[in-house]
Amino acid sequence: MDSHAIALNHAEEPHHDHPAHLRHHFVSLEQQNETVSFGMWLFLLTEVMFFGGMFTAYLIYRNWYYPAFVAGSHTLSIVLGTVNTGVLITSSFTMAMGVWCAETKRQKGLIVSLVLTLILGFAFLGIKAVEYQEKFELHHVPGAHFDAMSFVHPKAEAGQPAEPGLPLDMARKTEVYFSLYFAMTGMHALHMIIGMALLSFMIVKAARGGYSHGNIAFVENFGLYWHFVDIVWIFLFPLLYLISRHQ
Amino acid sequence: MSTILSLPDQSTARIPKRNYLTNENGILSWLLTGDHKRIAILYLISITFFFFIGGALAGLIRLELLTPQSDLMATDTYNKVFSMHGIIMVFLFLVPSVPATLGNFLIPIMVGAKDLAFPKINLLSWYLYLAGGGLTLWAMITGGVDTGWTFTTPLSTHYVNTNVVTTGLAIFIAGFSSIFTGLNFIVTIHRMRAPGMTWFKMPLFVWSHYAASILMVLGTPVLAITLVLVVLERTIGIGIFDPAKGGDPILFQHLFWFYSHPAVYIMILPGMGVISEVISTFARKRVFGYSAVAFSSVAIAVFGFFVWEHHMFIMGVSNYSTLVFSLLTMLVAVPSAIKIFNWAFTLYKGSITFETPMLYAFGFMGLFTIGGLTGVFLGSSGTDIHLTETYFIVAHFHFVMVGGMLMAFLSGIHFWWPKMTGRMYPEKVSQLAAVITFIGFNFTFFPQFLLGMLGMPRRYAAYPPEFQVLNVFSTAGASILGVGYLLPMIYLVWSLKYGKIAGDNPWQATGLEWQIQSPPLTQNFIEIPVVTQDAYDYEWLERQKEHEVTQLG
Repeated sequence: MDSHAIALNHAEEPHHDHPAHLRHHFVSLEQQNETVSFGMWLFLLTEVMFFGGMFTAYLIYRNWYYPAFVAGSHTLSIVLGTVNTGVLITSSFTMAMGVWCAETKRQKGLIVSLVLTLILGFAFLGIKAVEYQEKFELHHVPGAHFDAMSFVHPKAEAGQPAEPGLPLDMARKTEVYFSLYFAMTGMHALHMIIGMALLSFMIVKAARGGYSHGNIAFVENFGLYWHFVDIVWIFLFPLLYLISRHQ
Repeated sequence: MSTILSLPDQSTARIPKRNYLTNENGILSWLLTGDHKRIAILYLISITFFFFIGGALAGLIRLELLTPQSDLMATDTYNKVFSMHGIIMVFLFLVPSVPATLGNFLIPIMVGAKDLAFPKINLLSWYLYLAGGGLTLWAMITGGVDTGWTFTTPLSTHYVNTNVVTTGLAIFIAGFSSIFTGLNFIVTIHRMRAPGMTWFKMPLFVWSHYAASILMVLGTPVLAITLVLVVLERTIGIGIFDPAKGGDPILFQHLFWFYSHPAVYIMILPGMGVISEVISTFARKRVFGYSAVAFSSVAIAVFGFFVWEHHMFIMGVSNYSTLVFSLLTMLVAVPSAIKIFNWAFTLYKGSITFETPMLYAFGFMGLFTIGGLTGVFLGSSGTDIHLTETYFIVAHFHFVMVGGMLMAFLSGIHFWWPKMTGRMYPEKVSQLAAVITFIGFNFTFFPQFLLGMLGMPRRYAAYPPEFQVLNVFSTAGASILGVGYLLPMIYLVWSLKYGKIAGDNPWQATGLEWQIQSPPLTQNFIEIPVVTQDAYDYEWLERQKEHEVTQLG
């Protein structure tokens, strides 16, 4: 049972120094920080449920249409996917560095870390755009222009023998795979775009010295958000790129 | 009939000069406010607006059903009218009704805090609500939507040519308003309680909002992603719910009802919180079995997540899952019954008075019980197959939602009106309104049970002539009900200027909110209270009063 709120004794209040960023409705800075961080974790829980709907759909259709999911997965570039995973994990590292710099009041380090995180975010989205473009060219984007024939008669790629084709019926189910691929990576990218907008805002604020007075709750909680977006990708990468790669 | 009403001497009584209403002036001080009480008032005005739009649409439905032919409007217009009625009433009225108004106003005060944990997010949630509501109205004006409030695929994704995308986005946005409200409540209840306010000293109103908030926070995101997928399916043609592409429309049903069944409890749980407060106050007794009532709220929230498939018994799901979900559905009846029985035991040997909030609360208990018991008919798969998609369903959920939740909402609005405005509503005319509402409600919806048993299907503008008598009853009842809803609208606005001054605690109730001035100060408390008494401790209240007298003497 959390008894924090109870343990606070308001009689002690006058002894506290009253920092400028303590909002009027909190008793102490400790209470404020714990409240904000609790709220952030709860928000991340709603995000888990948000992605959870798509993961449920993925689970069902992967069981139903496994050969189509394997074929669809094999058209993704494992090199680009791995590089992107690396880019995103690195961006999580720079973000963690940013939070550390904010905690230790290193303004320059904070700005550098945030800028690096932003650049890595752009790099991730750039690589993602290259991958999306390839899907457009191959008519693998679900909708009116989708064409499953390349899964019925796969072309041999340079240096590799052609994969065996799927029956037409199953090949058509690759559209479900690509629907999920675009919905899941698209929602992930949308979260990154929102994150990068917030990053830009924080960079401007950090450059003005906004986080040098100990009010770093925003940086810390943004860090949680950024790591969450990273973790979503850590699930998406094996689920979408690595199906049956050992064959 | 005795009364517990204790108003200050009206010739000398004054509304405190400094309160949250007079603290700042000008329209911007309202539109940019962080004060949970002002946001509650903003919500109250906006949800009342949407309630009357939804109510007008309901009136159109009942007028059309006065005759067996579809003569008032074309059948596809009728489809749009009942769809919009459902969408507005569910997403823009019932879901935010009690939490966003009374919950927003009272939860910080009840736990002894100066505000909700995140005032800006609270304000943002109101703007999101307005954006969602505005977009819904836009969709309605520019051609409407005719999928029903359930957005059933593949109807919504393939076969209709109405504003599904606009409405879907509107509900998506309004959903975030609900998520933020729930998040704010949970964080506030965990982290902002006053010294001494332990979990089991909290009023049951707070417990029921805590349970509803869990549902809002965990359920609404699933609806959000489901609507996104519907919109993507309609716009760019992804195939997750499209059988032609290998998707499965049943998956849509699972995802949709995974939110929309818990949403039923999002709607009713805060109402149950209101009823606990009102019954205890007007029976002058502690709520019988406090912890059982508190835990039953949480139990409803937990069970509520595992019953969604009972909306899908006739959709070709497996018999075994139907069996399991049918059983789980029956289990929800247990915590609901615990509440009803505990309220009944609270009344037992209480000194009951019949003020307006209490009349509405009695209405709630009776109508919710009928609504709940008919839910058991629908939860057992055998009778469900006979009754589903008939007016029995319509009557069932209107008994729970209108007879239950709307009664609770009106009960709460009357009960806390003195606290919110500093003035009393007129007692006699409001008692009349409560009785009119109860009579009108039964006239409207009881015949629909019979219609459903006789097999009249829902969602059609025309029906066989032998059903006309009961439909005329229902429409006549609806006009009585309409009067019952218009009356409070009129006299509550009237009371803002002419109502009697209420004083701090007109009901002699025990909650923290009654121990401060009415209307409260912007910061609620001059000094954060230290809580030593249990909830509903009337002896403590007596001692407080004696203490005051000796101090004055």
